[in-house]
Amino acid sequence: MRRLSFLVIVAALALLPVLWPDPYLLSVVAAAGIMIIAAISLNLLLGFTGQLSLGHAAFFGIGAYTSALLSLGFDVDLGFSSPLVVAPKPVWVAFAGGIVMASLFGWLLGKVAFRVRGAYFVIVTISFAQVMRMVALNWVDLTEGPMALVSIPPLSLWVPGEGVVRLVSKASTYWLVLAAGVLAYVIVANLVRSRIGRAAIALRENEVLAKSIGIPVTRCLIVFSVLSAGIAGAAGGLYAHTVRIIDPDVFLFIYTITMVIMVIAGGKGTLAGPVVGGLIFGLLPEMLRGVVAPEVQWMIYGALMILILLFMPKGIVPAFGGLLKRGRISVRRPSATQGASS
Amino acid sequence: MDQFLQHLVNGTVLGATYALLGIGLTLIFGIMKVVNFAHGELYAFGAYVAYALVSLLQMDYFVALILAAGLGLLLGASIEFLLLRRCRLENIDEVMLIMIGVMIIMQNAELLAWGGVAKVVPTPFPQESIIIGGIYLSPTRLFVLGAAIVLLLAFYLVIERSRLGLAMRATFQDEDAARIVGVNVGRIYTLTFGLGSSLAAITGALLAPVFVVTPTMGDLASLKAFAIVILGGLGNIRGAALGGFALALIEEFGAAYISTAYRDAIGFLVILAVMIARPQGLFAARERVG
Repeated sequence: MRRLSFLVIVAALALLPVLWPDPYLLSVVAAAGIMIIAAISLNLLLGFTGQLSLGHAAFFGIGAYTSALLSLGFDVDLGFSSPLVVAPKPVWVAFAGGIVMASLFGWLLGKVAFRVRGAYFVIVTISFAQVMRMVALNWVDLTEGPMALVSIPPLSLWVPGEGVVRLVSKASTYWLVLAAGVLAYVIVANLVRSRIGRAAIALRENEVLAKSIGIPVTRCLIVFSVLSAGIAGAAGGLYAHTVRIIDPDVFLFIYTITMVIMVIAGGKGTLAGPVVGGLIFGLLPEMLRGVVAPEVQWMIYGALMILILLFMPKGIVPAFGGLLKRGRISVRRPSATQGASS
Repeated sequence: MDQFLQHLVNGTVLGATYALLGIGLTLIFGIMKVVNFAHGELYAFGAYVAYALVSLLQMDYFVALILAAGLGLLLGASIEFLLLRRCRLENIDEVMLIMIGVMIIMQNAELLAWGGVAKVVPTPFPQESIIIGGIYLSPTRLFVLGAAIVLLLAFYLVIERSRLGLAMRATFQDEDAARIVGVNVGRIYTLTFGLGSSLAAITGALLAPVFVVTPTMGDLASLKAFAIVILGGLGNIRGAALGGFALALIEEFGAAYISTAYRDAIGFLVILAVMIARPQGLFAARERVG
């Protein structure tokens, strides 16, 4: 039954470009979709392992930059006798490279950051994203710094009867993002129902107890960190090849916060939460555009975040999810899950 | 050698203000277990108060300094009273996110009110530098150093010698025990948040004539304050004061001898290095929280 409703929703979303072929609408939804994929990846850490990672934009940015640079080709002087020259790679290879690179950094950050918990963990993840932003800004030879990377090639796909198609039209971008989003959703859904997923939920609820029954806590957290970073990297790659211009602003703290708001508002630790929260906070800016100044829009974001945390701390999906109760795999979270140290 | 001493002096001046910023943040964390992401925004708030009073209303700079501290106290106390009081028992992550919400609102309010263009606050001191033994020091910076040291000492006296400080330290050690002996913990929280915010605001007002005032200055200040507090160990006040000087000196010498472009990255690298080597902070005697 649940699988059926999932397929119906996906089919309805897939038909949107046919039923409502408005390029503006499609591009807005596709942009929201990329952020939803990022939010889904953040939910792996924030929702299922209970670790508030506030450096998530870094993985998005690393995926975007790696994928863009590999597809454009680059040469960089690393201080050896000859500079490192990389010829442009096929776009899909570059895209995969972005995912691999983001996962590697997810592993690295996991190794460092999971030595600590709570406030320390949060500050380490923020610092990591800030260092990445500084590198993107200042390593001009490689990243072009604030001048941005431009003319990034789009992804292309072989379609029967049409040959190789460059995915540049609004509808094809939309379908691409939708396909990636569904894939990310399915991966996460299967992951959290797997053995390691249940282990992660156990350690979220009580880390000491989880450890005592033999869950390898740190290893479990690092696996989640790698997967989460990889999916965020894929979202970054999609961003790079659909928007086709990136600058160091992709590392800004405010993008991490956007992802966090999406997850918290929708309901952390639920599968549908990031999607629901992502649709609301992905489309809200477009509705507010022209009505209020961007600063006011951000102030509304901040106020909404505070209100949701104060009055609906579990998020929209659990609050309105009584009817769909069977779809929930989140366990009610006691307030005292802090304090467990590594 | 002169170069070295010059950097040492510059780093010390900056360090005194970093120390002020750091102890405000660490005080709030130590007593309330709140990671105050809006700390840098209160610093920016102080700078904008100085700008509004001195540049726009032609007020005396010293009066503006005192008003910045007072308004910072009021604003901080109101944030505590209106928001944090409702969620004291919630977990630390949720409080962190609420403070991020406050940060976003404050920063964009500044942007809305004053625009993105950097503002200049005129200094009441003469422009030409004093030269002592080949080291240049502008009177403004000298005043900043003096004022910061006076404030650090005053803060130390309040914490160590006053009844309020005693109640704060008692709450820090054991909230329930403090309540039993008659400490009004709610009021201590409000005063703690107000005092920490006031320190941030007066630091912003002190530095406003040295640097320029921009809406994004709070971001960097917040993150530097975190670096300082991590260096000293979260909740460790003496550690934060030392951490302030340490970070400023590391930045100053790092910028001078390694790379200016990565000056602001140094604080974050310090955080990462401390986390790898000594997660409880360099100067920590108390156990860490978290």
